[in-house]
Amino acid sequence: MATIWFMIVAVMVAVYVLLDGFDLGAGAVHLFIARTDEERRMVIRAIGPVWDGNEVWLLAAGGTLYFAFPLLYASSFSGFYLPLMMVLWLLMLRAIGIEFRAHIQEQVWKGFFDAIFGVSSILLAIFFGAALGNVVRGVPLNSDGYFFEPLWTNWRVGAQNGILDWYTVLCGVVALVTLVVHGSLYLANKTRGELNERARKVASFFWPVQVLLTIFSLIATVYAVPHVLENYSKWPIGYLVPALVIGSLIYMYYAHSREQERGAFVASCVYIVAMLVGAAFALYPNVLPASTGTNFSLTIANTATGAHGMSVGFVWWGIGMVLAAVYFIFLYRMFRGRVRLEDGNDHGY
Amino acid sequence: MGLAPLIVILKTIALKTGDERYDAAARFWAKIFGINFVIGVVTGIPMEFQFGTNWSHFSRFAGGVIGQTLAMEGCFAFFLESTFLGLFLYGEKRLSKGMHWFSALMVFLGSWMSGYFIVATDAWMQHPVGYERIANGSVQLTSFWKLVLNPWAWWQYAHNMSGAVITGAFVMSAVGAFYLLSQKHIEEGKIFVRVGVIAALLVTVLQVVPTGDAQGRMLARSQPVTLAAMEALWETQPGAPLVILGQPDVTNQRIDNPVVVPKMLSFLTWRSWGAEVKGLNAVPKEDWPDNIPLLYYTYHIMVGLGTIFIAVTAVACLLMWRKSLYQSRWMLWILLLMFPFPYIANTAGWMTAEIGRQPWLVYGLMRTVDGYSKMVSAGNAWFSFLGFLGMYTVLSVLFLFLVRREIEQGPDPVVSPELRKRIDEIPLSPVEVR
Repeated sequence: MATIWFMIVAVMVAVYVLLDGFDLGAGAVHLFIARTDEERRMVIRAIGPVWDGNEVWLLAAGGTLYFAFPLLYASSFSGFYLPLMMVLWLLMLRAIGIEFRAHIQEQVWKGFFDAIFGVSSILLAIFFGAALGNVVRGVPLNSDGYFFEPLWTNWRVGAQNGILDWYTVLCGVVALVTLVVHGSLYLANKTRGELNERARKVASFFWPVQVLLTIFSLIATVYAVPHVLENYSKWPIGYLVPALVIGSLIYMYYAHSREQERGAFVASCVYIVAMLVGAAFALYPNVLPASTGTNFSLTIANTATGAHGMSVGFVWWGIGMVLAAVYFIFLYRMFRGRVRLEDGNDHGY
Repeated sequence: MGLAPLIVILKTIALKTGDERYDAAARFWAKIFGINFVIGVVTGIPMEFQFGTNWSHFSRFAGGVIGQTLAMEGCFAFFLESTFLGLFLYGEKRLSKGMHWFSALMVFLGSWMSGYFIVATDAWMQHPVGYERIANGSVQLTSFWKLVLNPWAWWQYAHNMSGAVITGAFVMSAVGAFYLLSQKHIEEGKIFVRVGVIAALLVTVLQVVPTGDAQGRMLARSQPVTLAAMEALWETQPGAPLVILGQPDVTNQRIDNPVVVPKMLSFLTWRSWGAEVKGLNAVPKEDWPDNIPLLYYTYHIMVGLGTIFIAVTAVACLLMWRKSLYQSRWMLWILLLMFPFPYIANTAGWMTAEIGRQPWLVYGLMRTVDGYSKMVSAGNAWFSFLGFLGMYTVLSVLFLFLVRREIEQGPDPVVSPELRKRIDEIPLSPVEVR
C-alpha cells in the first residue's frame, strides 16, 4: 500500500512540473521574447487564470507527502532548509510579480514587476532541478534519519556534499532548459503575431541544447551515482523510459518543424514525465538515499504512516482528484484558444 | 475568508434584482479580495513548508495524523478556490451571469473549507483525538472521523469564521462610511454601510454566544490551567470572580488595580454561581503557560474588543432602522475608525489559543521544546527569520498601498443601460481599442 502512495506522490509531482512548468518556463523567457507592454500583457494573460491552480499541485503533493511519509517530509524539509527558504521567497516574489504588475499603469512599476517575475521564474526552475538532483544523488543522513546540508561545500559529489555540486547544478541547468522549451511551446500555442514567432524561435534554438544536456546528464548520473542502474538491470523494462525520453525529443522536433505546436507541447509533456519516472524508477524503494551508507537511506517502508491513515487516504484522495480534474478541465476549456487582450483587463478586474 | 460571503451576498442581490449597482459593488470588493488573496497565497505557502522545515520533530511525531487534514486542504479547498478564483476574476465576460455568481460561491466555499481543515489541524493540537502511540514514539491515525469531526474543531471553526466575517463586515462598512463622509461614491457607500452593518450584527453576536462561550467551557473541562492563566486565577475557589480590568503580577500572585465581577467566572464556566473553578496553583509550575501576562492581555483584548463590536453594530443598526444612519456623521466616523480593530481582535484571539496551549505543542503529548528542527542551527533559523521579516515588510507596504489605491479610485461608475448603448455605438479609433 505504501508503494501505491509513493506512486501517487510521484504522479502529483509530475503533474505539478507539467503544469507549473509551463508557466515557470513562460516566466523565464518572457523578459526576452515579450518586448512591448502589449506582448508582456499577453504572456501574463496566457498564464494568469491558471498559474495559481497549477501551483496548488505543489501544495497538494506536499500535503500528500506529509501525511503518507511523515518522516520523509520532516527529514527532507529540515535538511534542505536553506534552499527551501529561498524557494519560498522566490515563489512569493513571483506571485506578486504576476499579480501586481497591472495594478498601476506606469513603465517603472511594470518593468520592476516584469523583472521580478522573470528572474524568480528562472531561479525557481534551477532550484527545482537541483532539488531533484539532490534526491537522486543522496544526502548525508544520520542514524536518526535527519541531515542538514550547507548550500555548497567543495562542489564534488561525495559523502560531505552540499546542496550544490557539479551534478546538482547540472540538473538545475537541465531543468531550466527543459522548462524554457516547455514554456515557449506553451506560449507558441497560446499567442499570435511576433510574440508567437519569437516563442517558436526560442524553442527551436533550445531544442538541440536540450538534447545534448539530456544525453550529458544521463551519462553524468550514471557516473556520479552508479547505483541508479541497479533497478534497470533488475527490471529491464525500465529501459523503456530512456527510450521514451529520446522518442519524445525526436517527436518534439518533428512536430515543431511542421508547426504543429500542440503536438510539440504534448511531446514536451511526455519528455518531462519520462524524465521524472526515470528518476523515481531508479530511486525505488528508496525515497531519500543516504550518501553516508545505504543502511541510513530513507525508504518507502521506514517512512510510511500507519495502515488506517493510508487506506482512508485512498477514499478522500480519489474524490479530491476527481473534483480537481473536473475543475481543471472546466478552467482550461473556459480559457482555451489563443489569448485575446480585449477580454477584460489584466488582473481580472 | 470574511469578505468572500459578503461578495456572494452582493452578487446574489445583483442577480436577483438586476441592480447594476450591486454588480459594481461586487466588482469593487473582488479587486480588494484579489489583492488579499495574493498576499494570502504567498504567505500561506510558507506555513505548509514550515511544518517540515522548522518543526520537523513535531512533523515526524504527528505527521501521520495532521498530515491528513493538511493534505485534504490542498486536495479539496485549494484546488476549488484557485480554479474558481481564476474564473471569477478573469472570466466575467466569458461566463454567463449565473456561472459568474457560481464562481463567487465556489471561491467562498473553497476558502471556508480551507479554514476548516486548518482549524481541524490546530484543534488536534489543542485536543488530540483518534490516534494511538506506536513503538517508535510517534502517533498514528486510528479514527479518521474522530480527527475530522473533533468537537474542539467545530467551536473553534465557528468562532474563527465569525471573526473573519466581522473583519470583512467592518472593513466594508468603514469604506462605505469613508465614502459617505467624503461625499463621493455615495450610492455605493450606502450599500457598503448597509450590507456591512447588517452582517456585522449577526456575526458579532455569534462571536460571543454561542461560539466564544462554548470554547470557554471546553477550556474549563479540557485545559483548566489555560483558562486559569487567561483569567489570572491563582487559587482554586468556589464562586470565582471575573476580572474585567487589572494587571496580573505573577510573582506575587495577585492582580493590581482590579475591576472584578464577583462569582461571574463560576457562572460563565459551569452555569452556577458557586461552582468551583480550578486555579493555576492546582498544577505544577512547569505545566503553566510560559507567558501568563501576555496570555492574560491577548485574551482580555479579544473579549473587550468583541464587546465593543456588539455595542457599535447595535447602535448603527438602531440608527439604520430609524433611517438616520447615513446622516449621522458621528456614527459614520466611528464605523470608519473601527476598521483596524477586528484585525487586532482576531490576532489576539489566535495568540490566546496558541500561547494558552503552552508549554505543549500537542496538548499533553508533546512539549514545544521537543518539536522544533534540531538539525537547523540557530544561525540558519535567524537567516530565514530575518529574510521573512524583510519579505513580509515589503508585502505589507505593497498591500496597504494597493488597497488604499483601490479605495481612492472607488467602484466603477454604474452606467445606465441607455448610456451603455450609446457608448457602444461610438466608433472606436485604433488607439482607443488599445
